[in-house]
Amino acid sequence: MTEQVPDPTPPGAEDDAPGSDLPLPVVTRRRRSHASLVWLIPALAALIGLTLVVHAWLQAGPEITISFQSAEGLDAGKTLVKYKNVVIGRVQGIDLSEDRSRVLVKVALEKSAESFATRDTRYWVVRPRIGLGGVSGIDTLLSGSFIAADIGESREEADTFKGLEIPPAVNHGAPGRSFTLHSQDLGSLDIGSPVYFRRIQVGRVVSYALDKNGKGVSLHIFIDGPNDRFVTTASRFWNASGVDVSIGANGLKLNTQSLSTLLAGGVAFQEPPGPHESTPAPEQAAFTLFGDQATAMAPPDGAPHYLRMRFEQSVRGLAVDAPVEFLGINIGKVVSVRLDYDEAKQRFPVEVGAVVYPQRLGDAYEKLEALAKSRGLSTELPSLMGRLIEHGMRAQLRTGNLLTGQLYVALDFVPKAGKVAFDPQAKPLTIPTVPGSFDKLQEQVASIVDKLGKVPFDSIGNNLDHALAGLDTTLKQINAQTLPQFKDTLHGVQKTMDSANDALSGDSPLQQSLGGTLKELQRMARSLRVLSDYLGTHPEALIRGRGADGKPSAPVAAPAPLPRESTTHRSKP
Amino acid sequence: MSALPRAAELGLISCRVCSQVCRNVVGDEQLDGDGVADAMACPRCGSPLHRRKTASYSRTWALLIAAFLLYIPANVLPIMRTASLNDVDDNTIISGVVELWVKGSPYLAIIVFLASIVVPMLKFTVLTMLLVSSQRRSGWALTQRAKLYRFVELIGYWSMLDVFVVALLTALVRFNVLSRVEPLPGVIFFGLTVVLTMLASMTFDPRLIWDGKESDD
Repeated sequence: MTEQVPDPTPPGAEDDAPGSDLPLPVVTRRRRSHASLVWLIPALAALIGLTLVVHAWLQAGPEITISFQSAEGLDAGKTLVKYKNVVIGRVQGIDLSEDRSRVLVKVALEKSAESFATRDTRYWVVRPRIGLGGVSGIDTLLSGSFIAADIGESREEADTFKGLEIPPAVNHGAPGRSFTLHSQDLGSLDIGSPVYFRRIQVGRVVSYALDKNGKGVSLHIFIDGPNDRFVTTASRFWNASGVDVSIGANGLKLNTQSLSTLLAGGVAFQEPPGPHESTPAPEQAAFTLFGDQATAMAPPDGAPHYLRMRFEQSVRGLAVDAPVEFLGINIGKVVSVRLDYDEAKQRFPVEVGAVVYPQRLGDAYEKLEALAKSRGLSTELPSLMGRLIEHGMRAQLRTGNLLTGQLYVALDFVPKAGKVAFDPQAKPLTIPTVPGSFDKLQEQVASIVDKLGKVPFDSIGNNLDHALAGLDTTLKQINAQTLPQFKDTLHGVQKTMDSANDALSGDSPLQQSLGGTLKELQRMARSLRVLSDYLGTHPEALIRGRGADGKPSAPVAAPAPLPRESTTHRSKP
Repeated sequence: MSALPRAAELGLISCRVCSQVCRNVVGDEQLDGDGVADAMACPRCGSPLHRRKTASYSRTWALLIAAFLLYIPANVLPIMRTASLNDVDDNTIISGVVELWVKGSPYLAIIVFLASIVVPMLKFTVLTMLLVSSQRRSGWALTQRAKLYRFVELIGYWSMLDVFVVALLTALVRFNVLSRVEPLPGVIFFGLTVVLTMLASMTFDPRLIWDGKESDD
């Protein structure tokens, strides 16, 4: 590269006065390119810059705007947008909408998250939420809020979105099925309320809306897979909200599903008891949401029938919803209690309306129907009812619970019930009534009290008083006259006893002569025995007289034969 | 001819290392030495001899432009990530300054602002001005321009302050979860910018300022 050259004296160097004596520098000839390599540095810098720009441009995804009610917890440049906890974008800026009613959040999505800029993607802010149903988003306490996304199915591009204020209960594409529940009212349910199956949470309430006619509420629930298969066409749903405390004729009842439902409410479902269909229910199948488990689990009630009863007594303790029982089987409930006025009798009868479900009688009802059919009679409830009333069926108010005094309506057969008129055409049917058992008891007690009242306690008392006075004078007489005489008599008795005692003492002559007599008697008995012995051995002496005295022979007793010795030898084993 | 002759005009050249003065042998026509094929060396110590720094204009221009190009990403990209328990904060130079100011360290904010924003910008403008004015052989405010150059040389490396801050914090603040400081790509660009501006001011030959002085009245 470098080449040494001999000192070339530059022309005109010598004639210059200053420095002519100075040494010449060593000159090297160097071949160098005119294009300076130094320009590579800015070129490189430009290239780096360009790369950054291109990179940023390639990385940049679509920019979208999400509107929220509040920007609480959101931070421009910091807050992330996440899907399944993967960062898909970042908040670029937060502005107010023109009418200042909403907050517009500008989000730069990443290139890979382009598909999130489609029409039905949902965005919501994940903040720590402490609700009745529990605590959610607790991690955001530390990491700060973020915007969560849930992608839909649409492919239509969009760049403005309306953010959800409440996180959606179900993510799109989550395994499981949704169902619809119809209910009278919402109870304490809310979006996100849990759905329990055997007290395990398997789903939640997604949304609710009033029915179009305003007569009920439709709830949409989502059951997570794979538990959604437990929802069958026969499943029964009931509202397991809060504590179900009911004081009825059955006493105090407290029922709850789980601690969280105490506060937040919930829905539970289960298969009905007994044989039932177990095919999984199809998506969006509709069910009835019952008020409580007992109602839900009860067999289907069939068509309701309305009855009316007139009670001529106080109905204190009879509340709407009190059970109507037929021989102890709950077949319906009281729906109304109204006071009426009977001009003719000038009394206030109470009209009680009730709804009954004859199907609850089960087999009995079917048999009655069949019987009526076989006899060619009407199987309609009024005529069936009419026949039952003919046989003495009456409505009666009975005390279900002595403690609380709750009444229930009992349809029961009353013995010796008088004939009553029954109009099967009346609507609603009017069931004849008899006073309740408790009232009867009251009546009987009252009549007993009445009878007791008639007893002439006063005159009885007076007579008794007289009698007692007579008794007193009699006793006085006895004391004064009879007792001294009695005493004399006793003295006489004493004397008699003394003399008897003397006669019986050991040295009395009577006693001594008695002893002599006894000895004589003894001797006589001995000689009699000798005689009898002699006669025993010599019976002929009765005829021949006694012979010469021989030796008295002792009675000979034959010796007992010796027991024979056992001759049998025991064979040795 | 001017009243005070320059060394080049007298055909003299001095060694920058051992101060040996020798005769200038290569032609006078290109005082900045652009495109000169021959190189001189000191006859005493052998260090290369230049009348002016080699290719001072083009090199300074090139480095300055490169520095400016890198200064853009250095400012746009975040230079430091401060992660604490509940917060991850990426800061660019200017947002760091703002944050320092807002969080109650205005003096620190001013220092960082001066070192990271003012000084580099000052260098860009001053060097550009010097280059342009020298290339146009302007005779305007020569002494002040020379002073400016010395000033730029002096303050140039203070721009590295920010880089050191990041490097120190990264090394010191490492409490895994609780708090963490990480350098981000911006700081590399910033460091490169500072180095390149320093190189640019080094390659600039202040004697070129005086070359514009054709005549001394």
